[in-house]
Amino acid sequence: MLSDLEKQVILVLQRDLEIEPRPFLDLAAHLGLEEEVVLAAIRGLMEKGYIRRFGATLRHQKSGFEANALVAWKVPEARLKRVGQELAAQRVVSHCYARRPAPAWPYNLYTMVHGHTREECLEIAARMARETGLTDYQVLFSESELKKTTMRYFSSQ
Amino acid sequence: MKNPKTENRKAATGALDDLDKAILNEIQSHFPIVSRPYEEVGSRVGAPEAEVVRRVRAMTASGVIRRLGANFTSRKLGYTSTLCAAHVAPERLAHFVEVVNRYPGVTHNYLRRHHFNVWFTLIAESLERLDQILAEISKASGVEVLSLPAQEIFKIKVDFPV
Repeated sequence: MLSDLEKQVILVLQRDLEIEPRPFLDLAAHLGLEEEVVLAAIRGLMEKGYIRRFGATLRHQKSGFEANALVAWKVPEARLKRVGQELAAQRVVSHCYARRPAPAWPYNLYTMVHGHTREECLEIAARMARETGLTDYQVLFSESELKKTTMRYFSSQ
Repeated sequence: MKNPKTENRKAATGALDDLDKAILNEIQSHFPIVSRPYEEVGSRVGAPEAEVVRRVRAMTASGVIRRLGANFTSRKLGYTSTLCAAHVAPERLAHFVEVVNRYPGVTHNYLRRHHFNVWFTLIAESLERLDQILAEISKASGVEVLSLPAQEIFKIKVDFPV
């Protein structure tokens, strides 16, 4: 369970960190707490897994990985875990999820793959297909970003 | 469509130098949770604190850094999420996107080249709330939405070596 202090810290951490020499000092002042208390709370939230990562998020297309594709795979249920772990281990895969398929859409494993070009993404998907023996998959390239934001947790509390 | 197409936006500044890259690699995965984090980063990459601060500000201004802060594990906070897909006719696209993007729980939304051409992620505080939002979206837009809830997460990694 989260303490009230942890919930307060989570609320203020949903905004970007100010780029200042002592960025946590402002957060602490905002909450009426000592800087060291806030730092300890953040470390605790990281250790307990509530914060899965703390740091900079880059724009992929500005850091050399220009192209990405969502590749949806149809995997026999008995192989799902094994194949999911195999594909997740690849460096070019940033996200790998098993998902419950829908009647009109039978794909149950999703990998986000990154390459320098779209052709490279297609090659990556083809190579993964050869390695896994999976033959039914869909490569989904994005045409445009319609929204990209971060979730605001506990915002109505 | 009035939504900004940020996907293909070009970098506003030139290439990153070795010090920029060293700083990025540090602050992506190992951002120090200490009183003076940029002093600590500087000691790791061999630069003074003020220089690190200046470069992080510049890379944020130029758009290389999209955001700086905490990424939460939504499931551990009691939230649940799903990936949604919809087949939307071109003439209904603008309205559909407007309806969908209104929800704060829609964090990512992409137009993709496929029969199912709109793909978005939705986070909510419960499965019931997810279903309720999807029903509202279908009712307001007249579009049927596929929901593909996550069953197991094998990897979430947003770090890239630069």
